[in-house]
Amino acid sequence: MDFGDSPEEQEFRLRLRAWVAEHNPGLPESSTDDGYWAGQAAWHRSLYDAGFFGMSWPVGVGGQGLTSVYDVIVDEELAAAGAPPRPSVGYLVQGILEHGSEAIRRRFLPGIVNGRDRWCQGFSEPDAGSDLASLRTSAARRDDEYVVFGHKVWTSYSDDAEWCLLLARTDSDAPRHKGISAFALPMRQDGVVQRPLRMINGITKEFGEVLLDGARVSADNMIGAPGEGWALAMTVVSHEREPGELGYVARYGKLVNELADRVRKEPGACSPAQVHELGWAIVEAEMLRLHVRRRLSEGLGGIVHGPEGSVDKLLMTQVEQAVGHAALSVGGSGVGTAEDTWLKVYLYSRAQSVMGGTSQIQRNLVARRVLGLPVV
Amino acid sequence: MDVRLSPEQEELRRSVTSVVERLGPQSVADLDDASRRAKLDAAVEATGWREVRCGTDDGTPLGSGVEACVVAEELARCLADVAFVGPILAADLRRRAGAGAAAGIETVILGAAMADAGSPDAPGGVAVDASGAGTALVLVGTGAADGPRLASVVVRDGGVQLDLTRRTAEMVPGTPVDFVDGAHALGDDDRAAWRAFGLALTCADLVGVMRGAITLARDYALARRQYDAPIGSFQVVQHMLADAHVAMEGSRSVALHAAWAVDGLPAQEALAAAALAKAYCARAARAVCETAVQVHGGIGNTWDCLAHVFLRRALLSIDAFGGADVNVERVLSHNGIGIGAGSSHGLR
Repeated sequence: MDFGDSPEEQEFRLRLRAWVAEHNPGLPESSTDDGYWAGQAAWHRSLYDAGFFGMSWPVGVGGQGLTSVYDVIVDEELAAAGAPPRPSVGYLVQGILEHGSEAIRRRFLPGIVNGRDRWCQGFSEPDAGSDLASLRTSAARRDDEYVVFGHKVWTSYSDDAEWCLLLARTDSDAPRHKGISAFALPMRQDGVVQRPLRMINGITKEFGEVLLDGARVSADNMIGAPGEGWALAMTVVSHEREPGELGYVARYGKLVNELADRVRKEPGACSPAQVHELGWAIVEAEMLRLHVRRRLSEGLGGIVHGPEGSVDKLLMTQVEQAVGHAALSVGGSGVGTAEDTWLKVYLYSRAQSVMGGTSQIQRNLVARRVLGLPVV
Repeated sequence: MDVRLSPEQEELRRSVTSVVERLGPQSVADLDDASRRAKLDAAVEATGWREVRCGTDDGTPLGSGVEACVVAEELARCLADVAFVGPILAADLRRRAGAGAAAGIETVILGAAMADAGSPDAPGGVAVDASGAGTALVLVGTGAADGPRLASVVVRDGGVQLDLTRRTAEMVPGTPVDFVDGAHALGDDDRAAWRAFGLALTCADLVGVMRGAITLARDYALARRQYDAPIGSFQVVQHMLADAHVAMEGSRSVALHAAWAVDGLPAQEALAAAALAKAYCARAARAVCETAVQVHGGIGNTWDCLAHVFLRRALLSIDAFGGADVNVERVLSHNGIGIGAGSSHGLR
């Protein structure tokens, strides 16, 4: 067992460190500032062009075919440098890799990996949240295309996206899990209307809803077979739940370092209780960094990631919310000042126990599929 | 980077499991079975696990911190009522001081509310994991320029026994303080590395305790029926056990890192890693064991249910080398952040 770098890993780490020192774009925090998303695409391309993105994906789609240990190194170095996190498109890559035909993979994956194409995810609906299989958006075949009617919600960054990974019902007579198909839907067309949603911390870019009113998608854009949408969705959400996929480790490390800097600069400004709250955030963030290393190491032996992703998601949520509490405690709410960044960090942290499957659902999955407790 | 146990370490884990599942306690009543305890002790003695931190000719330990922690975790999971952590801590201290192995079973005394190695002058020192131990190591002269020296004192069984699986002892008043032959003074780094090892061992113990307590509670939740259904089918119970499992998995990740850091990182960094792990594991373990008691309902509050044996073992392992608060302060201190007046637990 070795938590340390091999010589190759060390060489990669130092090369990356030198590059980040020169190319950190200093973007605002994604969770607190709409300006982040404007610069995020350029950051993605910059990372990719320098050879620091898509480390563990197949060479054929623009990845580097290395082990996921290299993704971990990227996350750690970005965090240490205070750089923006790795853009999280792993869920798209995995979903399309595992379910898309050769033609679909060749057509869509390179643009996702190299950051030239922007995507959003059209899964949830107003009446299909945790119970995703009850989704009602329909796609009806008409000649060589499908015509889509429905209402998607929580579609992050939909206004910037050229493509939507869409789940829609293509067979209303089939059992509810069987009648769903997945599509790559072009977003820039008349039948697609977007409405941003304002989150509790005031940002408007991250959350949106998409109305599909006769939107058209070519039958060639179906990902997987008709009825394979549910299986694709399960692949996507299970990858979404693993912290190594999300680059969030970098975000937490960066926030915690900034909070620690504040306290070091003004040691007398915080009470012992506030400093303890920061201490727990440091502990939690480091726990996640180490947990990701352990989980990705388990993957080196070819262990298939199953319901344990829910454990990772719950741990990640605890970390984000501990960091949120430290932000509120040490950074303050900003009341009476001109600045409320830390309040925004705190408020955003409440979304982590909802997005990608609520903590309630994750606990159900851990209890039933990891601990083997019965459903009656 | 590859954080998996090696095949040899997995084999070690299996061999511990086979001994302790055969000879460890299966019930609270078994804890009083002296002949079983003696057999377990003899079996552990025969394996050589307690010597894993003794020195080879060049002073390096026979086995790594990871191996010591693999044994500690598995013993704790099965509530093994046999001395391990105490003797192995004593052996590690002797090796670092350049001294030979002890003649009989020996442990260490923890002082300062158990947060660090004890001295013979300070009151309230506790000899931990002292089953069968006639003597314990202390540090003499912690203020000395070249560092303290290792000495041995005679101990006797202590008063209240918190942990029903491992006994604590106390120094016999007026006992002579025998400096250990051939031991040199312990420098700051030696002491930090030893403390890191102690913290890592207690983390491994707590992870084992959590795993055992969760299995006990899960099995009970499957067996116990109310409202014509196993209580484990109710979401409230499921969520309590899921939270316990998640806390254990997070603990396992930091505990493994702390175990690796014992030999894999410089002393002060190993200590920081171990303090961080201990803060996490200490907080998690108490909550997990309390959940195990709660899931058992009234039964969990009876002496004959093993849930409190896990809880008690956790409480002692939490205290040894300091619990959650002490170690969060050590983490803050390593990050250059003080906690203000009144803090007494710096990294050094």
